[in-house]
Amino acid sequence: MKDTTSHAETGTATGTGSGSGSEIGIRGLRKSFGDEHVLAGIDLDIAKGEVVCVIGPSGSGKSTLLRCVNLLETPTAGRIFVGGTEVTDPDVDIDAVRRRIGMVFQQFHLFPHLTVTENLTLPQRRVLRRNKAHALAVAHENLARVGLLDKADAEPARLSGGQQQRVAIARALAMGPEVMLFDEPTSALDPELVGEVLAVLRMLADDGMTMVVVTHEMSFAREVADRVVFLDGGVVVEQGPAARVVGDPRHERTRDFLDRVLNPAAARPPEGGGPDG
Amino acid sequence: MISRPTARQRRKVFRGVQYAVLAAALLLVGALADWERLANQFARPDLAARLFPEIITTALRNTVVYTLSGFLLGLVLGTVVALMRLSSVAPYRWAATVYIEFFRGLPALLIFIFVGVAVPLAFPGTEIPGGTYGKVALGLGLVAAAYMAETIRAGIQAVPKGQLEAARSLGFSHTRAMISVIVPQAFRIVIPPLTNELVLLFKDSSLVLFLGVTLEERELTKFGRDLASQTANSTPILVAGVCYLLVTVPLSLLVRRLEARGGART
Repeated sequence: MKDTTSHAETGTATGTGSGSGSEIGIRGLRKSFGDEHVLAGIDLDIAKGEVVCVIGPSGSGKSTLLRCVNLLETPTAGRIFVGGTEVTDPDVDIDAVRRRIGMVFQQFHLFPHLTVTENLTLPQRRVLRRNKAHALAVAHENLARVGLLDKADAEPARLSGGQQQRVAIARALAMGPEVMLFDEPTSALDPELVGEVLAVLRMLADDGMTMVVVTHEMSFAREVADRVVFLDGGVVVEQGPAARVVGDPRHERTRDFLDRVLNPAAARPPEGGGPDG
Repeated sequence: MISRPTARQRRKVFRGVQYAVLAAALLLVGALADWERLANQFARPDLAARLFPEIITTALRNTVVYTLSGFLLGLVLGTVVALMRLSSVAPYRWAATVYIEFFRGLPALLIFIFVGVAVPLAFPGTEIPGGTYGKVALGLGLVAAAYMAETIRAGIQAVPKGQLEAARSLGFSHTRAMISVIVPQAFRIVIPPLTNELVLLFKDSSLVLFLGVTLEERELTKFGRDLASQTANSTPILVAGVCYLLVTVPLSLLVRRLEARGGART
């Protein structure tokens, strides 16, 4: 019933965000795995310095959207631009593009055979060809940013999950990215460790980093994000200022989802009609 | 004998019977064997003493050199074949599969004869560099590479997929990610099985017996057999066997410890 209004809103939001100033531009993005259409036509613009949180139920295509931006997944159709370069251009140097996009994973993926410092210096040396002293200086600077300079010589396995994720963020930052993508950065953490990672994200947002964060942390989204995008069934159902989307969702599916996330204890089994009527 | 024996008591009795049978068999063999003739043929201290120091300085040394050179060649070649086996380019995969099945399907002895005899015949005037050492390294290395390629491939596949994704998203090319991130982790996983391969190679170096070698190039088995026929006594064979065990048993124990440690860490 409300489909028309939400589409209209999506259109206007895209309209305001688009233009030459947008850092990430996504046009008609589709991604299918066999018969499964995970992304069914996404249009999204993210301005320089903007912090966008992507929310939505599991299986809604949030992670796939993020992974398409740095081509960890190859889009089935559509075009993606990052900093003016078309990522989906078949002739693009994908390694060069990825250097400008930092990615942080749910499971951290630190290199376990290297120390914390080496995790930060190896990519700089092998990919950016920085010399040893330069790479080390940048590594220490970024470890200090995430508050882990004292763990510089530790093995990743000796760190807590929260510390590992902060190192993973520092590793991405050491490459000097223009854009940072976060794929559920706190979902694998024990509850008491979530705060320290979100604090680092907040700091990056304050420093003006362009960020796309797939997350289930609604209070974080509300507090830090400039815009919240609600994804369901592979399409953008609703988007807008964080306080508005989280505090006063217009679309029924958004409301249902937020109800379930914010009051998990009150969740009821879905009725006959199903959650997406 | 008043109450029926419990299950535990019955197991105890049964095990006791097993030990008794084993002890009886050993005693029987010991009583029937002609120990004096056996000692004369296999354990003459005077003959054993005459083997030193050559059995260490020449024979054991050569066995180690042959083994290590074959191992290193096999490691390099095996890593290349493993990477080909995992390549996205189909002809590389086919070539790797053919190589692995070919060299695993043939007896190592046949490969040795081929390298030692057929290659010089087929390409007259060509010499395998390094003489006997080169031939042995090639023969051992070719065979070892086939087995090690499969081990290394399994090791590479055991590295979590997220490691490659993390490296790629930092801007590593596929090849550079493999070399800098994946293969070093794979090698940690495959150290125990590769050490096992080293033990196998150490024993396979005895195939040098079938190549014509000079006195200085003899390894443990050839040395032991030559001196056994010279002295018409088998003591040199026994001493050579002890030399093998002095190396292989500690290596096997090391593998067991590495495996236990690896298991505990993950």
